[in-house]
Amino acid sequence: MTPQAASPAVLSRYADLPTLIGLMTGDEKHQGAATSTLDVLWVLYDRILNVSPDRVDDPQRDRFLLSKGHGPMAYYAVLAAKGFLDLGTLRRWSEFDSPLGQHPDRALVPGVEISSGSLGHGLGLAVGTALGLRAQGLTTTRTAKHTAPEPRVFVLVGDAELDEGSNLEAIQLAGRLELGGLTTIVIDNGSATHGWPGGIASRFTAEGWTAHVVNGRDHDALAHAFTQPHPRQPLVVVAEVERNS
Amino acid sequence: MRDSTASVISHAMDDDERVAVLLADISTDRYARAAGRHPHRVINVGIREQLLVSAAGGLALTGMRPVVHTFSSFLVERPFEQLKLDLGHQGVGAVVVGIGGSYDVSAAGRTHMAPGDVALLDTLPGWTVHVPGHAEEADAHVLSALASDERVYVRLSSRGNAASHSWGPNLVTVREGSAHSAGVVVAVGPMLDRVLTATRELDVTVLYTSTVRPFDRAGLNRAVAAAGTADVLVVEPYLAGTSAHEIAAALRDHPHRQLGLGVSRDMELRRYGTPEEHDTAHGLDVEGIATAAGTFFRR
Repeated sequence: MTPQAASPAVLSRYADLPTLIGLMTGDEKHQGAATSTLDVLWVLYDRILNVSPDRVDDPQRDRFLLSKGHGPMAYYAVLAAKGFLDLGTLRRWSEFDSPLGQHPDRALVPGVEISSGSLGHGLGLAVGTALGLRAQGLTTTRTAKHTAPEPRVFVLVGDAELDEGSNLEAIQLAGRLELGGLTTIVIDNGSATHGWPGGIASRFTAEGWTAHVVNGRDHDALAHAFTQPHPRQPLVVVAEVERNS
Repeated sequence: MRDSTASVISHAMDDDERVAVLLADISTDRYARAAGRHPHRVINVGIREQLLVSAAGGLALTGMRPVVHTFSSFLVERPFEQLKLDLGHQGVGAVVVGIGGSYDVSAAGRTHMAPGDVALLDTLPGWTVHVPGHAEEADAHVLSALASDERVYVRLSSRGNAASHSWGPNLVTVREGSAHSAGVVVAVGPMLDRVLTATRELDVTVLYTSTVRPFDRAGLNRAVAAAGTADVLVVEPYLAGTSAHEIAAALRDHPHRQLGLGVSRDMELRRYGTPEEHDTAHGLDVEGIATAAGTFFRR
């Protein structure tokens, strides 16, 4: 299916996101599962990411990779608010001919960088994307003084998703290769079955990452964490949200 | 083949800035010079085969042409879901170069054997699979794969035929049977020399290919139509019958018989020793192929 050009968003504010999610669920009962990522996604698309519907193929764009492809309603709602999708598309969500499934497909949705749903793939893809940008000279190894805009790679995972061992492979290599252009956001709603004693951030800092732990509902705190310098180190932002939201 | 393709890929990197090589601590010595010239395009991820394939997917998403290389057992079997999702489902390609297929390193035991690699990839759409029988064929397949954006598996072997025969996509006729022949033999990659010796007393057409996916269905159909009998024997260096569904599809409009020779499916051969000893155990030495062909064609 050819991605459809989206019309200008009618509902484009943060306050409109529940309405947009409501177009997909049609009721309130599914919203909890969808909204653990809502504030992080909004801050990224509203304040951080250098990407827009008219340049989804621009090599210089920032990449946002949703690894945690489960419960993508918040993702679709933010994409709609930012003009990547139109409202009619939201209404047909998960129907046979809809581009919007219960896990996103990059071939069907404009602006979606990866197809996801099976856990533990996005971080590896993000490492490869950062390596590809570096190999093409689109990113340099960042230094604190370096101010020229360079495409960044953001990947969002869940705390339970980190259980997949494939993530550890990516965390280790990104630290060792000093992938300063890579940012991982961990949505921590305490859903990992066996938990992460000592906290998630320490797993990353032990491998050479810069880490910030913030309230995942605090927009200013999130934006601040995303924009702090992290020369020659990948960045992890652990966004804590209410348990099992 | 392994040294030759490393050289071909390394030289290609000098001319094509899209080409990047991903390694997992295997063959790093063979890419050391390329790594010196292109430090950001030769990436050794360590012993992390899931990341090896996922990272290739990410590189391809940025427009690069990744080459992924290690033993077939760790390249196709361990990270199979990464091949399925991080290349196939993302809609991007890579050149996946495997070594040690079936039992090239038989002394290492079952852990390093991968006779199921082609059958596994056969469950995924959109893969081209090359099984070169000679280093020159391997080089040609790698070069053409680098120039495309497709998902390509090049299955290298430490063994092969005395001469190269074909690196095109189609079946080629190496020996033509009479109009009253007993049928057609398809030899895949490294099996050709053995097949030619094993069938020299038979009136059969011997076809050869070093590209099994996509399979040249039309070529097989033509050869069978020209043969005296619509009986087809396929000799493959991996799991027996891997291409049986392709033969059936090619000959769906003909009453026909087929037999697939390859690595036995019904046992885990718990032995070390040489690849030749494993050939014998699976009936893939000259004698085994001759016996099976004789029984099949002289019914």
